[in-house]
Amino acid sequence: MSQTKLLMRLFALMIGALLLLPLAATADEDEGEDEKDPLPFSDLVITEPARRFSEETGCVAPEAEMRRNHMEYILHQRDETMHEGIRTRQYSLEECINCHAVKDEQGEYVRVEDERHFCATCHTYASVKIDCFQCHSDVPVRASKLRKLQSGLAPHHSTEPFAGKLASETVQLLTNEDQAQ
Amino acid sequence: MSDTSKPMDPTRRQFITKAGGAAGAAAIAPGVFLTTPAQAKPADQPVSNDKRWGILVDANKCGNGCNACVTACEEENGWGSANPSEDHSSPEQKAHWIRKVTIKDKATQHVTTLPMMCQHCENPPCVDVCPTGASFKREDGIVLVDKHICIGCRYCMMACPYKARSFIHEDLKDQKPWAPRGKGTVESCTMCVHRVDEDGTPACVEACNAETHKAMVFGDLYDENSEISRELKQYGGKEIRADLNLNTGVRYRGI
Ligand code: SF4
Ligand code: SF4
Repeated sequence: MSQTKLLMRLFALMIGALLLLPLAATADEDEGEDEKDPLPFSDLVITEPARRFSEETGCVAPEAEMRRNHMEYILHQRDETMHEGIRTRQYSLEECINCHAVKDEQGEYVRVEDERHFCATCHTYASVKIDCFQCHSDVPVRASKLRKLQSGLAPHHSTEPFAGKLASETVQLLTNEDQAQ
Repeated sequence: MSDTSKPMDPTRRQFITKAGGAAGAAAIAPGVFLTTPAQAKPADQPVSNDKRWGILVDANKCGNGCNACVTACEEENGWGSANPSEDHSSPEQKAHWIRKVTIKDKATQHVTTLPMMCQHCENPPCVDVCPTGASFKREDGIVLVDKHICIGCRYCMMACPYKARSFIHEDLKDQKPWAPRGKGTVESCTMCVHRVDEDGTPACVEACNAETHKAMVFGDLYDENSEISRELKQYGGKEIRADLNLNTGVRYRGI
């Protein structure tokens, strides 16, 4: 890639991210040049996700698409979930965090204030100030699995009395499993 | 996003496969029906007004001094004792999605306690006064605040006759992924909408049943076979401040 092209792409990406607008097709000419669509800036290291959404696509959409338009996906999902109760996992912010969470040397998930946090790596570099994490969790929360199981145990349409609490062994098991991950 | 056709969600695919063999209700003898539980709403389908969610509270069964519903809500949704971030706020300022209220009849000295939370009004005053559209009622009757839109004007707090809403005054940390909350916005009981959408029961109701008080029933008010509808039909249930004609989704007995 030539120096001018590189600079142009960097500039365009920053403006695009700042305005939260889908980017015009500035980067499409290099189709086939490199499958991985390398980042336009060499000194920025993006961490690999801990998990992949699927074997075929990796992320929930092709990487190049996600880099430019991830905010669009999240925005659509946000309104659908909030107002219509649509709770598909594919484009949910919670799932972004679950796959992309980064751990530090102590094995703890790094928070968004840390430059190593997946979202922070790029946003800090490009000076994007987002406020998702003033309200939303910036790290995976282990209890979610437990919660699902619990709510599943007490179906509201059932006329049967239910225990409502998980057996301690089950809780133990879930905890172990989560720790093993 | 230029392409609007999203690939099919895997959970939807699973649902279709699973639902293949499910029957609604089977007659096992004349007049005797074995009702199979209704299938959970597929994750990619919007909620509809075929249902209206409600909670019935029996104040006679509600334990004086029992706080199980409040604690369960705190833990489920990450507020109060489950989230110590709000440490500069006074008790009056702190979040209160659900609280225990004690009432004493002056004539008889009879003491009643009951849980008080958003009543999920059919005609919600909070929604009427909200200048931004952040307060809204879902198709299935659950009243929520869209915090992406809320400007924190707190009109809704003034309009709510049940004092159900609270305002967050401080920066928060460690919110639950399923219950985002943040400074400068108003919040209230969501009827555990994240659980309800996955065919679950609100945390308070679950905890109350686990505590053996069994003072709370959750269900679909439009389904005449649901436990809540049958209970309401047989024994009745009152609205608090029924004179306001809000047609609340939360009903009480023994008050
Ligand atoms: S109880 Fe209050 S917050 Fe809940 S719907 Fe009614 S007016 Fe709104
Ligand atoms: S505080 Fe938020 S939800 Fe309440 S009336 Fe104002 S904008 Fe609407």
